[in-house]
Amino acid sequence: MAELTYRQAVAEGIAQEMERDPLVFLLGEDVADAGGAFKATVGLLERFGPERVRDTPISEEAIVGAAMGAAMTGLRPIAEIMFSDFLATCWDLIANQIAKTRYMTNGQISLPLVIRTANGAGSRFGAQHSQSLESWAMAVPGLKVVAPATPADAKGLLAGAIREPDPVIVFEHKSLYASKGEVPEGEHVEELGRALVRRAGEDVTIVALAAMVPRALDAAERLREEGVDAEVIDVRSLVPLDMSTIASSVAKTSRMFTVEENPRLCGWGAEIASIVAEGLFDDLDGPIVRITTPHVPLPAADELEDATVPSVERIVRAVLAAIG
Amino acid sequence: MEDLTAGAAPPASGIDPGRIELYRLMARLRAFEKRAYDLFLQNLVKGTSHLGLGQEAIAAAYGVAMRADDYTFCTYRGHDHTLARGVPMAPVMAELLGREGGLMGGKGGSMHLTSVAHGMMGSYAIVGAHLPIAAGAAWSAQVRGSGQVAVCFFGDGATNIGAFHEALNLAAVWRLPVVFVCENNLYMEYTPIEAVTAVKHPAADRASAYGLESILVDGNDADAMLDVARSTIGRARDGEGPSLVEAVTYRHGGHSRADPAKYRPESEVQEWFARDPVLLYRTALEAAGAPTELFTAIEADADREVDEATEIATASPRPSVSIIDRDVWSDGGSAWRN
Repeated sequence: MAELTYRQAVAEGIAQEMERDPLVFLLGEDVADAGGAFKATVGLLERFGPERVRDTPISEEAIVGAAMGAAMTGLRPIAEIMFSDFLATCWDLIANQIAKTRYMTNGQISLPLVIRTANGAGSRFGAQHSQSLESWAMAVPGLKVVAPATPADAKGLLAGAIREPDPVIVFEHKSLYASKGEVPEGEHVEELGRALVRRAGEDVTIVALAAMVPRALDAAERLREEGVDAEVIDVRSLVPLDMSTIASSVAKTSRMFTVEENPRLCGWGAEIASIVAEGLFDDLDGPIVRITTPHVPLPAADELEDATVPSVERIVRAVLAAIG
Repeated sequence: MEDLTAGAAPPASGIDPGRIELYRLMARLRAFEKRAYDLFLQNLVKGTSHLGLGQEAIAAAYGVAMRADDYTFCTYRGHDHTLARGVPMAPVMAELLGREGGLMGGKGGSMHLTSVAHGMMGSYAIVGAHLPIAAGAAWSAQVRGSGQVAVCFFGDGATNIGAFHEALNLAAVWRLPVVFVCENNLYMEYTPIEAVTAVKHPAADRASAYGLESILVDGNDADAMLDVARSTIGRARDGEGPSLVEAVTYRHGGHSRADPAKYRPESEVQEWFARDPVLLYRTALEAAGAPTELFTAIEADADREVDEATEIATASPRPSVSIIDRDVWSDGGSAWRN
């Protein structure tokens, strides 16, 4: 094990796969010379050269479109979209083209490509550079969606995404890039579609994603002091979704909370809540509670942003209020 | 690609066989699209459809000039471009009819014809989306050193969408082996292109913005199209980078099956019908000495081929609903949870 930052782990994951497979290419704005706006691709240009690590113009449709054209003709491209908010500028390519092409062509075309993007709040960037948009991608048939919460997953899930034969959007979290954690040395690949129990507990199940995972874990420690033993599940992969891990936990604890950074409506937790309500209604001792960002654009100032996104304090209060 | 010069017709002495091949292809495309129109009128084709009647010379010339492993990217008006790569008529017709024997088993429809085995990498129905995708395929060919060229067809309307600019710039900066072919049929759907575009020639006048040569060609002149197709593909294959071609043409019908095209002045329509590319080319080849029997035979062959395709397509069963949840993913399925 080596201790790496999340951003170093991203670069390691890309390097591991570029080393293994000469068909893996990286393209995006500032990814080569500058090493990425978030420094998550530092060292790759030097190691793999300008043919395979390419700076692009500020042309999100060209970046994602080029990745698609390359993927359907034999390459395994990784496209970086600097902020997930910019996915809106190339959503046609993602939602109409990439997601649907295999299906529309009756399986003639495979698109083994990855779109990496910096997602989420915490940097005081305001409403157009802070959104959590994983639920947009989750809503489109044909896209796989992962959101790593730890440096180990930043490497392993990214490597797993690159090896997938289908298009995957990897939502890296801006506020986690500087976080540190143990990352397995040598080849490290995580299979998509597996949630992890990050903390075992008996009383309540808290389901969280990306930057909400460490908050849920901190909240669980606070809840312990209040006599509540919380189990924390890191969803990791929204598509495919590991419902069996979540269902096992809810069957044990009989209470479920989701912690979602996205605005309220149609967040990923709503789908999980619906599945649990349909399939595990008799196991539940009380209503499922979703803890989300309210349905507002994200404000910029410190106090405003902090009070908008779910905090440790808000998670603790919501759990205690619900279980009475 | 199948041998398009084969058939019952006698050879025409003294004429470049490539020109006869091109005429034969244009005649086949014309016969197919006329039949497709008849089948719409019989309500056998559901959904929408966009015919290439009147624009055949462009797709056909590139079809003749392309190498078997080159890539075609085209629009929802893509029946001609698909057939021009050698895709047989029957599965194309069956796809229009929504049958099991369709090119995509009935999942795609008229606007999404694709046959990877023929280098036909897709018909794209969101205006302009395929320009960057074609650039990506060209990038792939470039880094793999395969010598393949991507040819990307689009309408005049696409020149006003952002993806046009992004793709042209990227292709020029990376010197990609891609040929962008604007089929300027003078109308973006129902509106004259000149009424909504800042320059007279929507593609050619913008070429200089990407450091490219301005190429304007009569899209109804098959010989001129073949010259441009060969030279632009040759440039791309030789590593000299992308080209942007504006081929001026005219559609004989409306934008789609729903459009009677009443917005076009009758005199303009008559003028362009007199410049029908199939008619023009036949006249040119006859003037060069091709015998009338040759054209009679070519047209009879085309009609017979369309008849057979229609028969196969209409006999093909309706798709089984069991395919609805197939092929979302590479494993053949559509599962999103365990």
